[in-house]
Amino acid sequence: MDDLFSTSIIVATLAAGIRFAAPFLLAALGETLGQRSGVLNLGVEGVMLIGAFTAYYATLQTGQIGTGIAAALAAGLVMGGLYAFITLVMQAEQGISGIGIYLFGLGFTDLLFQKLVGTPLPIQGLPSAPIPFLSDIPILGEVFFNHTVLVYVAFLLVPVVWFVINKTTFGLNIRAVGETPEAADTLGISVNRTRLVTILISNALAALAGAAIALEAGIFQQNITAGQGFIAVALVYFGAWKAVGVMSGALLFGVVSAVVLQLKTVGIVTGAASSLLAMAPALLTIVVLVTVSRRARAPSALSQPFSRAA
Amino acid sequence: MSTTEPARTPGAVPLLELRGVTKRFPGVVANDGIDLKVMPGQIVTLLGENGAGKSTLMKIVYGLYRPDAGSVLLDGYDAGIASPSDAIAKGIGMIHQHFMLVPTLTVAENVALGMGGRRGLADMRPVRRRLAEVSERYGLSVDPDALVWQLSVGERQRAEILKALYRDARLLVLDEPTAVLTPPEVDDLFVTLRQMRADGVGMIFISHKLGEVLEISDEITVLRDGRVSGHTRPSETSREALAEMMVGRPVSLTREIPEVSPGSPVLTVEGLTVPGDRGTVAVDDLSLTVRAGEIVGIAGVSGNGQRELADAVFGLRGATSGAVVVDGRPLLGLGPRQVRDHGVAYIPEERMKDGAIGEFTVAENLMLVDHARPPFSRRGFLDFGAIDAHSRELVASYRVKTPGIHTETRHLSGGNIQKVVIAREFSADAEVLLVAQPTRGVDIGAAEYIHARLLEQRSAGAAILLISEDLDEVMALSDRIVVVLEGRVMGEVARGEATAQEIGLMMAGETRDAA
Ligand SMILES: Nc1ncnc2c1ncn2[C@@H]1O[C@H](COP(=O)(O)OP(=O)(O)O)[C@@H](O)[C@H]1O
Ligand SMILES: [Mg+2]
Repeated sequence: MDDLFSTSIIVATLAAGIRFAAPFLLAALGETLGQRSGVLNLGVEGVMLIGAFTAYYATLQTGQIGTGIAAALAAGLVMGGLYAFITLVMQAEQGISGIGIYLFGLGFTDLLFQKLVGTPLPIQGLPSAPIPFLSDIPILGEVFFNHTVLVYVAFLLVPVVWFVINKTTFGLNIRAVGETPEAADTLGISVNRTRLVTILISNALAALAGAAIALEAGIFQQNITAGQGFIAVALVYFGAWKAVGVMSGALLFGVVSAVVLQLKTVGIVTGAASSLLAMAPALLTIVVLVTVSRRARAPSALSQPFSRAA
Repeated sequence: MSTTEPARTPGAVPLLELRGVTKRFPGVVANDGIDLKVMPGQIVTLLGENGAGKSTLMKIVYGLYRPDAGSVLLDGYDAGIASPSDAIAKGIGMIHQHFMLVPTLTVAENVALGMGGRRGLADMRPVRRRLAEVSERYGLSVDPDALVWQLSVGERQRAEILKALYRDARLLVLDEPTAVLTPPEVDDLFVTLRQMRADGVGMIFISHKLGEVLEISDEITVLRDGRVSGHTRPSETSREALAEMMVGRPVSLTREIPEVSPGSPVLTVEGLTVPGDRGTVAVDDLSLTVRAGEIVGIAGVSGNGQRELADAVFGLRGATSGAVVVDGRPLLGLGPRQVRDHGVAYIPEERMKDGAIGEFTVAENLMLVDHARPPFSRRGFLDFGAIDAHSRELVASYRVKTPGIHTETRHLSGGNIQKVVIAREFSADAEVLLVAQPTRGVDIGAAEYIHARLLEQRSAGAAILLISEDLDEVMALSDRIVVVLEGRVMGEVARGEATAQEIGLMMAGETRDAA
């Protein structure tokens, strides 16, 4: 029992929490950009699966993790192009389109895995890249500065996304297009071109989130993302469409996931109780959505297609 | 084509010239061979009823629509304006009929929107600096760091104008800019427009309000049903003549008030206090009485509790204290359905939001309140025969201009949508009519008609509470006028007892004795 509260276990759990937060964060930051421009993408989960499989397969084939990451990003861009075609060109209903993307990603990656790989072959996972000096700090070093590159990238993207949204003209366009697209249009801002860019970025980040999961695990399996993409979408609401808010949510979920895992590993909870515990993140999502995020207001034009009348 | 062209300074090249511009929408010719000229430093008014084609023509000038025929010339050259950014680059600015501002951004951010920035950064400091200069020059004061949703309507309009001036507009289109302004705000706007005229900016000004048109215009072009129906100058015309050009028949601009001796009090509001949206007190200990056969008008600057008062009386908003009594029965705490059952009908100020459902047909909107009762509904099934018969009757008797009763309501003009709402509410034979902004954005032909129907209800013995930001309307119709400021009653005057000037001062906070 004492073990559970020993410093090393707490440190390990917190470090794991940060690690687990990274995929949530990558996907949710992308979704934040998309939603701020008025695009709802419920297909994050599907794109994550495609990113996960692509990263896994490319790494398996080439032995190069870098190639795996690049391939995942490319696959994300392709999915972004597809989603942009569906929602911007064809002006399809976004909620349903996203679910379609999810189902496509789920089925397609399973199919590819069966056809191309068959029996699971492990790949070399993404190694930790301890940051010199900082990682030597007791406790803090282990918790914060001994992670994989993708974890650092995810957290560094927080200020980047914040900056883009709040301090750049492109961010201004994003916000205008997500709130009042007609107004943006009269000022010569192309609503759909702005949305195309956010869709591409958000899909690339979702694919990267999937890659982070597969490369962390060193394996691919059917539905490896296990609903994390949906939680990432919920985190955008949790974080009130702000990068820092989204990060708090991702950390909360990462840490909860790590604690759940720890409790299971230590064997405090077993059997049915452990399955129940595994639902903790999902329950947390619901609780959070009905309490914390009720006050925040979504971008007014969220999920509204835009086209100018004749 | 150019037969109605007035004489102009020889040799001067028009800033903007439209030649035979035609634009068709499915089923309508919105613009039919329109010619128009604007010289630098000239204010040309485009006058016309709702649906005459003014906004469409201006959207063509601004590159939002492409004309089906005709040409748009700038400085004498065919401009071929392809998009709003093209129009902006060519020095055209437009104040749209509906504000084109992003409510969640600041004024400065709205101004900077779409302008690019140094190295892609949205640095608001230079924007603020230039904005201060432009504001100062044209007397347009707005806090650049205020979020647009926090601004009053007048401030939003100033922000819109600043947006255009900031882009160095040489030609400014103002589509019904005064529709939402109070008289003092209109005066301020005109000061700005005159300054711009002195600086050589050409303007196209759209308005329904004849007094304003005569005051500000250099030239007046009247549109009716997509065609130019007249061209004149303020010195050569009158309100009556303009109204006739717009409507195509003589229109009466004065209201005949029939003699009615008011009955006993029907609606009594007693010490009513209602919270506002942002935790403030919107209506503060307000009391008033409306008798049968009487119109009581509420005069006040927009946002002084009028909306909350109407909402509270109708059960759409809770009150913290006080009482609302109709015929001795208390209403507070009841919902809209029950308030209706107590004999109250409501013409809400936002007809498209609260008054009618745009996606519903005219027939559906006309039966909306009573849709669940006989004769429209029997045992839960709608009786379409009865609904259609009822609608045809109302459409005819209220002269609603619509292609048919099964047309979606959003396709109608503002005036005709208002007639649909009024037809429904007035046909309910309510004892109390709660009427908010009945003619806002409605053309004079329809306004004349709506006023006549209101007075008819008064003669029939209805107790009418008229809430309007149009002081002329309140003064023309009301037997008594209650002036409100910050949710409190500033004073009450009977018909003919005070001038517009005096009431305006009370609206601004001076008590009657001081004024
Ligand atoms: N986008 C559109 N699609 C179809 N019809 C339209 C559209 N815009 C305007 N119209 C129609 O064109 C006519 C002119 O409208 P508009 O230019 O808005 O008039 P105004 O500004 O003078 O009130 C109306 O009959 C209107 O219903
Ligand atoms: Mg118009």
